Amino acid sequence: MRKALILALASVTSMGLAFNALADDYITLASTTSTQNSGLFDAILPQFEEATGIDVRVVAVGTGQAFEIARRGDADSLLVHDTAGEKRFVDNGFASERADVMYNDFVLIGPADDPANIGKAQSAAEAFAAIAHAKAPFTSRGDDSGTNRAELRLWENAGVKPDGDWYRELGSGMGPTLNTAAAMNAYVMSDRATWVAFGNRQNLTLLFAGDEVLFNQYGSLLISEEKHPHLKHNLAKQWHNWLISEDGQQAIADFEVDGQQLFFPNAK
Amino acid sequence: MTSFNVPLLASAALLPPPTLRFDGVAFSQQGKALLGPCSFTLNGTGPTLVMGPNGAGKSLLLRLAHGLLSPTQGQVAWSSEGCPRQAMVFQQPVLLRRSAVANLIHALAVNNVPRKTRTKIAWEALEHFGLTPCANTPARVLSGGEQQRLALARAWVLAPQVLFLDEPTSALDPAAIKGVEAAVREFHQRGTRIVMTTHDLHQARRLAGDVLFLSGGKVCEHTSAETFFISPVSREGQAFIAGELVE
Amino acid sequence: MENNAFYVALSLLLNLDASLFQIVALSLQVSLLAVLIAAVLGFPLGAAVALWRFPGRGIMIVVLNALMGLPPVVAGLAVYLLLSRAGPLGEWGFLFTPGAMVIAQVVLVLPILAALSRQKVEELLGEYREQFMSLGMSRSRMMPTLLWDARFALLTVLLAGFGRASAEVGAVMMVGGNIDGVTRVMTTAIVLETGKGNLPLALGLGIVLLALVMLINTGAYLVGELTRRRIG
Repeated sequence: MRKALILALASVTSMGLAFNALADDYITLASTTSTQNSGLFDAILPQFEEATGIDVRVVAVGTGQAFEIARRGDADSLLVHDTAGEKRFVDNGFASERADVMYNDFVLIGPADDPANIGKAQSAAEAFAAIAHAKAPFTSRGDDSGTNRAELRLWENAGVKPDGDWYRELGSGMGPTLNTAAAMNAYVMSDRATWVAFGNRQNLTLLFAGDEVLFNQYGSLLISEEKHPHLKHNLAKQWHNWLISEDGQQAIADFEVDGQQLFFPNAK
Repeated sequence: MTSFNVPLLASAALLPPPTLRFDGVAFSQQGKALLGPCSFTLNGTGPTLVMGPNGAGKSLLLRLAHGLLSPTQGQVAWSSEGCPRQAMVFQQPVLLRRSAVANLIHALAVNNVPRKTRTKIAWEALEHFGLTPCANTPARVLSGGEQQRLALARAWVLAPQVLFLDEPTSALDPAAIKGVEAAVREFHQRGTRIVMTTHDLHQARRLAGDVLFLSGGKVCEHTSAETFFISPVSREGQAFIAGELVE
Repeated sequence: MENNAFYVALSLLLNLDASLFQIVALSLQVSLLAVLIAAVLGFPLGAAVALWRFPGRGIMIVVLNALMGLPPVVAGLAVYLLLSRAGPLGEWGFLFTPGAMVIAQVVLVLPILAALSRQKVEELLGEYREQFMSLGMSRSRMMPTLLWDARFALLTVLLAGFGRASAEVGAVMMVGGNIDGVTRVMTTAIVLETGKGNLPLALGLGIVLLALVMLINTGAYLVGELTRRRIG
């Protein structure tokens, strides 16, 4: 028994040491669940690593939490989708630079029989108003993510204050929200990337898309060197520059799921 | 406790037998008086047999003498300088969840016997008590008699000047009782002062040098074995010897 | 067939999927190391609380018992704030590393090991107390003897701790970040696949995790039972 204990001790500790032996050439990127769940990172990160030798470690959370992680100096770089919030982040001095990287769009998903009849809507505002009018069940992220913030703006545009039994705030990520919507047969707004890659659709289908107000802009931010001098600014800058470079933009454009392009590069 | 000098097994005999004095000792728990106050002195070579009916306070007296309990009144004092080296064997032997030999080695280790000599002393004691064949058997699967002999062997390796035994044979069969009594005699011959409780009159006759007779938490009589068994001084002692019920 | 979780679990195992192996290995490393550290700290702590009487002992026992139910997310948040660059231990740069996950799990497991070992040691002490006093043992000398003699009970306690560590997701998600190839463990991978709507794969991973935990428990049970029978 004693021998076995010592053996176990030795092996587990040696594993512990291995933790520290991990490569140092990496940056931590705080980003959103939509980019992660769609598989975008799996497609473009290997290309970046091949070009620069830098490993990008993605912590995928809601945009709100991603900002918080960056604010505390726990991530070297930030890739999120809340342009207004991003600009405020720069203005408040937490980031030194922001650049447009790509966009995708939000889509309205709902039960195939479309009880609120949003399939025929002419605009996003009309579609949102129709859901509210029909009091058809709608599941909202409710987690202060970029998608959640965009959704709240769209209700406002439609002149509707979403509350009542039909409006369910879940407080979860995009995937879990889609799972819940599928189980409740409810309407839900999703980014196109997550929806296309989503595997548990059940009775849900894409009902409305294409309005310009549904465009979902992603931005890359460089964290302030003054606020957080310990971060790997050099490596993070290489990542930031690669994203908006020709190579990076091409890699984004090449990423497809089921033959469908999900993100559209638009760096200036 | 003090550390040992080698040779360990002979050391007890070289010292004069220690004297134990109870000075108005009483023990009560939650306001209920369980023993005493009692005063007596245990001198001479013993063995002292503490006798009395059930509930007389025999075990309590032994625990107070050994220092497992502190008296609520009075004091327990030894004649020798400081406390003599002591050991105790309980009615139900308390053995560690290890092999027989490991139990002895543990007792030696906690008493600061040098690591090198522990194994040797332990095996000698096992042999002395006829336990060599079960040296590596887990102590708690030994028979009742073997367990009690192992408890005696554990006391033996500590070479105590005083050995307390609390009803050591009450749960044993006659053959095992014989083994325990033989061991007690050996301790006595080695110069260890024996203080033992029993409710078995025959056993007391076989072993006693003097008898401390308790009844109802009080010491009724402390006399030599001859006196006690032939003509006890106290009324309670007389009744006990006559086989009457004593309270 | 591909939508059957058992089929997915089986094919994951049979194909010796490299990324699955990495995830399983990391899960085991993190949880075993956390349980080991928690045992080194928690068992003596539990034994000490069992052995000594000191002011505030009752409060300490209540707190330890209550902390057994500490929500993993709360532990994760506390460790996150501690290890964050803006936090007191930010200098270590531990956040989003396996080390951070180990710390979070130690926080979760330590109260379990300490509280349960306190109970076990106290029970054993009740049985041994008079013999120990008779042998003239100090309390600090009693500690190693009690811990060793309670080893079978403590093995069960260890398994309870390991169960909690390997099953929780809230804390490791928060302080590890579920980074692919770095801090992704079984439970966070299950959350991720659920989020992607890959329910069969998520459930398949769950079955692999369950099989693993059962394997470890079976091994420990057999070792314990065989030795217990021998020792009595």
